Amino acid sequence: MVRFSGVFKTYDNGVKAIKGIDMRIEDGEFVFLVGPSGSGKSTIVKLITSEERPTDGKIVVNGFNIGKLRSRTIPRLRRTLGVIFQDFRLIENKTVYENVAFAMRVIGAHPRQIADRVPKVLMLVGLSDKAHALPQELSGGEQQRVAIARALINNPRTIIADEPTGNLDPARSQEIMKLLERINSLGTTVIAVTHERGIVDSFEKRVIAIDDGKIVSDKTGGYIQ
Amino acid sequence: MRGHNLAYFLREGIKSIFLHGFMSFAAICIIVACLLIIGSFSLISYNVSLAIDNAEQQNEIVAFVDDTLSDEEAKDIENSIRAVPNVQDVIFVSRDQAFEEYSTELGEDSFLLDGLEDESVLRHRYRIFLNDIELMQETADNIENVPGIDKVNASLEISEGIISVRNVVRIVSYILAVILFCISVFIISNTVKLATFNRREEIAIMKMVGATNAFIRWPFIIEGFLLGVVGGAIAFFCQWGIYDYAAVKVHEYMQILNPVEFTDVYIPVLAIFLGAGFLVGVFGSVVTIRKFLKV
Repeated sequence: MVRFSGVFKTYDNGVKAIKGIDMRIEDGEFVFLVGPSGSGKSTIVKLITSEERPTDGKIVVNGFNIGKLRSRTIPRLRRTLGVIFQDFRLIENKTVYENVAFAMRVIGAHPRQIADRVPKVLMLVGLSDKAHALPQELSGGEQQRVAIARALINNPRTIIADEPTGNLDPARSQEIMKLLERINSLGTTVIAVTHERGIVDSFEKRVIAIDDGKIVSDKTGGYIQ
Repeated sequence: MRGHNLAYFLREGIKSIFLHGFMSFAAICIIVACLLIIGSFSLISYNVSLAIDNAEQQNEIVAFVDDTLSDEEAKDIENSIRAVPNVQDVIFVSRDQAFEEYSTELGEDSFLLDGLEDESVLRHRYRIFLNDIELMQETADNIENVPGIDKVNASLEISEGIISVRNVVRIVSYILAVILFCISVFIISNTVKLATFNRREEIAIMKMVGATNAFIRWPFIIEGFLLGVVGGAIAFFCQWGIYDYAAVKVHEYMQILNPVEFTDVYIPVLAIFLGAGFLVGVFGSVVTIRKFLKV
């Protein structure tokens, strides 16, 4: 569950990115966070992942109070989250398998657990046959699937997809969104940040529209400005 | 730390050294170069200090005994001289011994003493060695005040010269050591920074999936440790070769100088090189990676 109560965020340079946001995303929901560039979407993602702290207000993510989170507790919060980026952020010199296993390995998982889980997740995202390929040998859509597998590998409660289709053509974008929808159907909360109207309109999901640091709309179905 | 994690850190640390081969090579070269410069200068400084200590020990005060005292009375003064502060050792030289020494010193010209059959032309004397030649003047004055001492000869110019050389060597070696240390740390931390910068994406991903800072840091620490220790070991063997070659050449050209054998100092040199390599490698990694962990 993600809950924002009267949240403000002003950066050190004086930019007011978030100007009083209240929202609640329940466990198991699929939510689109939409808005033009500079509206504050990315700041919301950074607040959820605790890359940034709110200037005012309260944020609770999967039981963690972001404003009061100690540095040493941040890894525990992040293990409940899976983050997907527009530019995939894969490690170039690691294979698909290694990229996914890496995310499990660095939180101290036992090699046996890794060997057991990675093939299952690669199967879920449809990349079993590409396990030993390097990222540069894959298409954009396939690279994003690897990123999704990596986000899923630690069994997070919430997936945050920050412009996941920004670098993909429409057909690949649909595939990725359908994959996220399938993951959501298995019980994982999905928060997809996008500014692509076509993507949002083709899914009947809750849409929270942000503009100038404020929520301007919160409805189900379609991109509402 | 769990066993499988330790194995992972070691594997990742070693793998990273080969994966970033050029940077690892550069870091080792820099560590070797800095340790060689610091080591060479320290060994030169050590040899100069030894030579000065040697010169200090040979620098003596000669105190002449009053002519009017009997042989027994002259010998009795020794305890009074020993009681003077800063006196390390005292040797009584009788008239006869002084005459013989003088004759030996003159060598082929000893015939000049032929007319002086009576040794009583020379006085009983004491050769006095000091703990600290910087206090030579003060000590000489105190010895001159000992009852029964008539006159004191102290080579103040020589002692002042030795003191000046020693002080210059000491100050220059301190300044150079500090400068070279700062340069080493600066270059090494930049090398590590460059290596870490190349991996900032990897670190950011680790942070994003929930790796703890300690988990992220360990492979870098192991990498820094291995690079530092390998650099220290290579520097040690290079230093050995360079020193042995230089010591032979120095002795050939200036036989008065007799540098210590490397085998006499190799244990502290090895310990210092490995220790410095370890510290610089680990410290460089820890300090540099801190910046990249703030995500």
